[in-house]
Amino acid sequence: MNALTRFFRAPWTFWIALLLITWALSTWSFPLYKALDARWIIRFPAQLQVPLDVWLTAFFKWLQNDADLFLFTFRDLTRFLSSLIEWPYDQVRALMADGFESGQGSNAVEIAPPLSWIAVIFILIALGRYARDWWLAALVGGCFVYLAVFGQWDSAMVTLSSVIIAVPIGVALGLGIGILTYRSLWFDRLIRPLLDLMQTVPVFAYLVPVLVLFGFGPVAALIATLIYATPPMVRIASLALKSVPTEVVEAGRIVGCTERQMMWRVLVPSAMPTLMVGVNQVIMLTLNMVIIASMIGAGGLGFDVLSALRRLDIGGGIEAGVAIVVMAIALDRLSQAFVRRPPSAILPADLGTLRRHPWLVTTLVVVVVTYLLGLFLPAVQSYPAALTLTTGTFWSDAMEWININYFDTFEAVKSFFLTVLLLPVKRFFSGIPWAWGIIAMGLAAWRVGGWRLGLMAALMTTFIAASGFWAKAMITIYLCGVSVLIAYAIGVPLGIWAGQNTRVNSVVGAIMDTLQTLPSFVYLIPVVMLFRVGDFSAMIAIVLYALAPAVRYAAHGIRSIDPQMIEAGLVSGCTPRQLLWRVKLPLAAPSLLLGLNQTIMLALSMLVITALVGTRDLGQEVYIALTKADTGHGIVAGLCVAFIAIIADRILTALSKSSKQRVEAA
Amino acid sequence: MQRKVKLTCQNVWKLYGAHADGLLKGDTQPNDADLQRTNTIGAVRDASLEIGEGEIYVIMGLSGSGKSTLVRCLSRLIEPTAGKITFDGEDLLAMSPKQLIDLRRTKIGMVFQHFALLPHLTVLQNVSFPLDIQGVDRVTRETRAMEMITTVGLEGRENYFPNQLSGGQQQRVGIARSLVGDPEIWFLDEPFSALDPLIRREMQDEFLRLQSLLKKTIVFITHDFDEAIRLADRIAVMKDGRIEQIATPEQLILHPASDYVAEFTQHIAREKVLSLRSIATPDMTAGEFAGDLSGSLKVAEAADVIEGANAPFRVLDEDGTPIGQVTSEIVIDVLIGRTHR
Ligand SMILES: Nc1ncnc2c1ncn2[C@@H]1O[C@H](COP(=O)(O)OP(=O)(O)OP(=O)(O)O)[C@@H](O)[C@H]1O
Ligand SMILES: [Mg+2]
Repeated sequence: MNALTRFFRAPWTFWIALLLITWALSTWSFPLYKALDARWIIRFPAQLQVPLDVWLTAFFKWLQNDADLFLFTFRDLTRFLSSLIEWPYDQVRALMADGFESGQGSNAVEIAPPLSWIAVIFILIALGRYARDWWLAALVGGCFVYLAVFGQWDSAMVTLSSVIIAVPIGVALGLGIGILTYRSLWFDRLIRPLLDLMQTVPVFAYLVPVLVLFGFGPVAALIATLIYATPPMVRIASLALKSVPTEVVEAGRIVGCTERQMMWRVLVPSAMPTLMVGVNQVIMLTLNMVIIASMIGAGGLGFDVLSALRRLDIGGGIEAGVAIVVMAIALDRLSQAFVRRPPSAILPADLGTLRRHPWLVTTLVVVVVTYLLGLFLPAVQSYPAALTLTTGTFWSDAMEWININYFDTFEAVKSFFLTVLLLPVKRFFSGIPWAWGIIAMGLAAWRVGGWRLGLMAALMTTFIAASGFWAKAMITIYLCGVSVLIAYAIGVPLGIWAGQNTRVNSVVGAIMDTLQTLPSFVYLIPVVMLFRVGDFSAMIAIVLYALAPAVRYAAHGIRSIDPQMIEAGLVSGCTPRQLLWRVKLPLAAPSLLLGLNQTIMLALSMLVITALVGTRDLGQEVYIALTKADTGHGIVAGLCVAFIAIIADRILTALSKSSKQRVEAA
Repeated sequence: MQRKVKLTCQNVWKLYGAHADGLLKGDTQPNDADLQRTNTIGAVRDASLEIGEGEIYVIMGLSGSGKSTLVRCLSRLIEPTAGKITFDGEDLLAMSPKQLIDLRRTKIGMVFQHFALLPHLTVLQNVSFPLDIQGVDRVTRETRAMEMITTVGLEGRENYFPNQLSGGQQQRVGIARSLVGDPEIWFLDEPFSALDPLIRREMQDEFLRLQSLLKKTIVFITHDFDEAIRLADRIAVMKDGRIEQIATPEQLILHPASDYVAEFTQHIAREKVLSLRSIATPDMTAGEFAGDLSGSLKVAEAADVIEGANAPFRVLDEDGTPIGQVTSEIVIDVLIGRTHR
């Protein structure tokens, strides 16, 4: 009797029971439905489904066609917004890629060519030198020389133009909204859940409404990019302003700053290092999104990859993919160098422009000289086509060789994983009846974070079931779950190893840095080439993409343990193994949980992109909606993904909070 | 020694918590139980003080006793929950934002515990910042800032950034910045607490030297009783948001108002604080004196002389009138810290 009560009291009894019931119901739900002839067990009753998607589609139709905002129509508003972005975009694109023209269409006459490739590379080298040193200058210059030599220049400049337009707008918008959240607590409260949602809704989901409202083309792509890249800047700006030390704010007040002086002379400059981290983020997110947005007309490198993937042109895809990577690395390192740049020494004003701004002056001279020379020497203007190298055939041959020689090996690996791991898990999740799914989710969340969290989780799960996406959502969870499991199983040991060994740490750190720099799109290319389309390919791409936070947080958690704790363990005679399991891991638990949280978020965002390689989850629903321009369908499927992400995030946050309390209480 | 009153506060309260305002409605004053019940923190409770012109007024108390909060109420960096504050007789709490900005630009300077320098500005730019935001032209403000930089002994480092300076140097910049507008009142919130003991000592000397030149009205916050004793004309001792006692250093040592205050005074080298005036006994019955001593001499300075003689000394006031006598027994009492015979 006593043993029995103890069993029910034990903390893990709840979880075992929950798992067992879920497993039983999942296994028997189909026979049960047959036996009782109750179809509602496995399918959400159609008459109860909420046609939210239909309503949304109708709403967007109305917005686009009939909505009248008194003085102007909604369509005028979208047109106005597009023209606001279109004009500067056209100018930058003309400067970087197309050249300036007068006249329309076939009558167009070129007035001036775009910046010559030499000038662009020189500007980047100058920026690298200015931001840090000659090494960086060489790296950045080298990256862009690569783009020229390997024939990716034109597409790269189109992509770069989008980045050049999107980054300042994104940064300014983010900073502006961040300032508002700093000034008004009320606004901060209002905007926070919105930011949460924007960062968890998969990117494809807002490609759809943007496409519907703004039409296919680079402007729509830029707007989608801004929607994607601005929220993190808002967060960082808000955080940066709030973490300016109170004393500095008070110092500003006591010397008599006005509100405006306070913001622009004290707060923003003091927060600058953190704000620059935000700028780096915006650049990387923009690059990532500009490539995804090639689906709605961004053009450039992303378009090259996309069309190569569609044609299954292995060489072309890899070439463009590598070009994206090269550009991403160059922009990332450059902007990071600006983040870390110490303030420059003040030079006396009477030194003359040349002495004070040697780089600016030289760069201007180079631009003008190459422009003039370019008028006579085409090789100065654009890199001579005859000298470009192509790696396309090399990649194709390499892939072919691998496929011929190792096809069986790859197939064996793939089918092993499929039969042992993927399919059983898929069967388990797909079998869960929706009604129990809601209850189980609610119970789990309640257990971890109290009744509020339980209720929220149950409601969100109900939304998923009621919008008719239950089956797809389960596939999403299965694919995400398996990938996270594997990413975590690889990442945490790696992180622990790196956390205990500085040499390993620098190597692993560098690899993770590079992995995180790559736009998500790029991961698909090699995976598809080697494993064809399907769940397994998707899983590998997700694991690669989501690996970094698992490693990072584990390493960070181990490294930030108070050395005294470890000494205490050593003094009491722990073996290295005991030290790891009994001291380090429990102390690093909050950090490990945070890493898990981040891994899940990245996995979900990648999952949606893997719809391109033929998974059958919510991502695919969004993707289908995109191709059909079905707004409501896309948004609702996107919201489902967001809800899954939010539930996972809240549960893990609650877990990590309680484990943190435990660690700190000790 | 009657001074003109510069800054006063009467019955100032600062409460933190959801019910802060409600607790001070009308004339009621919340007690400990009220605060506990409503989950309110009484950072400053019913504080009243009066600061004279040219005075060094030290506010002393342990960490968390409400010193910073009180001084921020005095400069209205924090709005007090209740109470009255006057500056040169004017109601500070009634001032409009614009008046407040004007007042701060011209009459108030403040030094912070963690220096609060702007990281993106050089020493010169930091020091001239208060003038810059008032729109003073570049040449004037930089000339003035250079004067201040020289006064605090940082010449030659004006183009350094704060992170290239040591803590002591950074605080010198903070001091220069707070003085560049030639304020009438100078707030210092634990200005030397973040510094090493040796540098702290050096900075205290520096501070006294500056004050002997500038003669500002000073509100100086510290949690270090030695520092308070060394610098203060008067000390207000705070505990849990309340002011326990306001007195000169000598009175504080001779007549602590509570055990809490007495606790601080115990480990103080009394002979360096107490003057002959305060220990002299009024009876002058000895008939024969070894000599005359000025009342303002500290015990430590006169101890050798007094103990060397076999008769008591007569203690004289500033204007030469005798006020009492000191014997070697009394001096020994002070030196060994005996308070009752
Ligand atoms: N913004 C705030 N919200 C809530 N409580 C506060 C706030 N500011 C101060 N307090 C509380 O008021 C009390 C007094 O704080 P204050 O900073 O004035 O102390 P202090 O004497 O300056 O201490 P220290 O020597 O550590 O600087 C403390 O208990 C503190 O927790
Ligand atoms: Mg303080």
